[in-house]
Amino acid sequence: MKTLSRNAKTGSLAALLAVAMVGLGFAAVPLYNLFCRVTGFGGTTQRYDPVAAAETPKILSDTISVRFDANVSPKLPWKFYPEHPTDTVSIGARDMAIFIAENASPHPVVGTASFNVTPDAAGKYFTKIQCFCFTQQMLKPGEQMRMPVLFFVDPKIKDDPDAKDIEEITLSYTFHPVDGDKNAS
Amino acid sequence: MTDIAATAPAHGAEHAHAHAHDHDHDTPGFFVRWFMSTNHKDIGTLYLIFAIVAGIVGGAISGMMRLELAEPGIQYLTGWAQWLDPAATEVQGKHMWNVLITAHGLIMVFFMVMPAMIGGFGNWFVPLMIGAPDMAFPRMNNVSFWLTFVAFIMLVGSSFVPGGSGHGAGTGWTVYAPLSTSGSVGPAVDMAIFSLHLAGAASILGAINFITTIFNMRAPGMTLHKMPLFVWSVLVTAFLLLLALPVLAAAITMLLTDRNFGTTFYDATGGGDPVLYQHLFWFFGHPEVYIMILPGFGIVSQIISTFSRKPVFGYLGMAYAMVAIGVVGFIVWAHHMFTVGMSVNLKMYFTAATMVIAVPTGIKIFSWIATMWGGSLSFKTPMMWSLGFIFMFTVGGVTGVVLANGGVDTNLHDTYYVVAHFHYVLSLGAVFSLFAGFYYWFPKMSGRMYNEALGQLHFWVFFIGVNVMFFPQHFLGQQGMPRRYPDYAEAYAYWHHISSLGYVIMAVGMIFFFVNILYALFAGKKAADNPWGEGATTLEWTLSSPPPFHQFNELPRIS
Repeated sequence: MKTLSRNAKTGSLAALLAVAMVGLGFAAVPLYNLFCRVTGFGGTTQRYDPVAAAETPKILSDTISVRFDANVSPKLPWKFYPEHPTDTVSIGARDMAIFIAENASPHPVVGTASFNVTPDAAGKYFTKIQCFCFTQQMLKPGEQMRMPVLFFVDPKIKDDPDAKDIEEITLSYTFHPVDGDKNAS
Repeated sequence: MTDIAATAPAHGAEHAHAHAHDHDHDTPGFFVRWFMSTNHKDIGTLYLIFAIVAGIVGGAISGMMRLELAEPGIQYLTGWAQWLDPAATEVQGKHMWNVLITAHGLIMVFFMVMPAMIGGFGNWFVPLMIGAPDMAFPRMNNVSFWLTFVAFIMLVGSSFVPGGSGHGAGTGWTVYAPLSTSGSVGPAVDMAIFSLHLAGAASILGAINFITTIFNMRAPGMTLHKMPLFVWSVLVTAFLLLLALPVLAAAITMLLTDRNFGTTFYDATGGGDPVLYQHLFWFFGHPEVYIMILPGFGIVSQIISTFSRKPVFGYLGMAYAMVAIGVVGFIVWAHHMFTVGMSVNLKMYFTAATMVIAVPTGIKIFSWIATMWGGSLSFKTPMMWSLGFIFMFTVGGVTGVVLANGGVDTNLHDTYYVVAHFHYVLSLGAVFSLFAGFYYWFPKMSGRMYNEALGQLHFWVFFIGVNVMFFPQHFLGQQGMPRRYPDYAEAYAYWHHISSLGYVIMAVGMIFFFVNILYALFAGKKAADNPWGEGATTLEWTLSSPPPFHQFNELPRIS
């Protein structure tokens, strides 16, 4: 009887470890999300934080070229393109880019955009102040919408040995249809 | 290890024999014995038979693949696809290729190597080597086996239902999203994923069982630092299983919900990321490759020591080298995915961490050589397989160090170079250690001797065959031949053809194996309790061959 309870104890501890690892497997989803946002991994862009920005970022004399790329999922009957394909901005200065979306189908369609920047190393320094990508967009048949993105490139990019030589950042958007049951995880 | 059981033989053997007679009468009937088994040796035997059957299936599939690859162009695939679906065209034929590579990978990993190493030899010899009467949870042991069996049926069954472009799951053993989510419509991939769930659950139960057995049921005097290295290897493996498999379970559960319930864990359109799946998969997948090879390390350590008539060189170093390999194995996973877009620093970390594993692995290789140094060597079949293992594993280890370099890997990623590398460490490394263990313990398990000449023939023909098959694949990879392709440019035909010839040689070698088993079972000489002489010092050799149905009713004492 004594060995049985000892075995049961060791066995339960081992089982607990396995259950904890299952939990960790699922916890990887929010953790990975957090990791991408903090490190800019995979070209994840930064969101503007008004508190951190109280100190006005200094504007450098260096400029950087930003290229705008627009894609549409084959399942979404939209046209989607940037007003200007590239723009040259001073590092640290705010800039606005306009993307134009047009519903080419005869019914109203809801879409949402996913986005990132390349090269990946620039993700940490590409900060968006305002963006249509944070919300779902509804377009009526034939409706055209001009969507602004307000952004700046953080001057800290010049202090990062991996990113300081970047001369052009590509900001890419892809619009996907929103079906009722698919919500952002 | 010679010293650990020094006083056990006379003592243990006497009692074992006495009890063998006492207990013969309560051996259960056929159905209860084999279908409701709670005896670790019977379950081990079931696992070994299961692994041999799965190995025949997986090996036949690789034969089909080498046949198709012997010449450029698509020769046979469409015909094979028509077995599953009479209306199949060449599109289904190409899907059939994906089904074959998926089935070969999953069967060999989950239903051949793991059941044989851990379920088979682990169940048979861990309790015997630590002087325990059975496993800690005998009924759970039975559950593990039958879960594995059902999982295998599930995987084979998935070939007969639609899975996207044709019948069967054609995702590769890695089941990467989005091919496995939006890319494969139909129940086949769901069945394959569910099969992985079951096999994973079986292995987790098995791991809990081994950990409990090894921690709590060692005979008096059998301290952790006196345990045979095979037991150490199973202990480390059990911990790897316990930590890695649940993560796989979580990852593939999210695949299932992405497929069926509209979640977007791995779908960028809903804010997910397919690369997350790769991270989760390889967090499991890298420890998994050590799960497959560590018990092989243990087996080879026992055999080299036995046939050198010397205790293993650097016992503690050997044991803790395995622990180190297990620990470091958890922090190198992203070297499987250097091409997903990682920063230079991340690549540098994973390159360096991966290379660190060469240190404990080197300790093991050199300790095996040092064990043989000055030993009284006899080159019996198990020893030959062990020497073959060391050679193969070293070749595979060297190409592993090459691939560990993030920069080099960018060029070699997903080429035949990788295929050659992991077949050298698994198909040749793990499988050689399995054959070594099989020949080493066959007399103990069956009570019959195999035929030495057939065993030697099996070794040499198999050794030549697999080298002819896999060595040219390094050249193909360096020339740019991608893996997982059924067809290739004319330029690759030469080495592909030679590789396929290697398969034929290997298959001939396997004939000697099966003839040898049949010969041994029906006409083999009776095996002595210890057929290997004074070099074989672990506790299983103190028992009769085959061991009594229940052993160690009086626990052996280790001084």
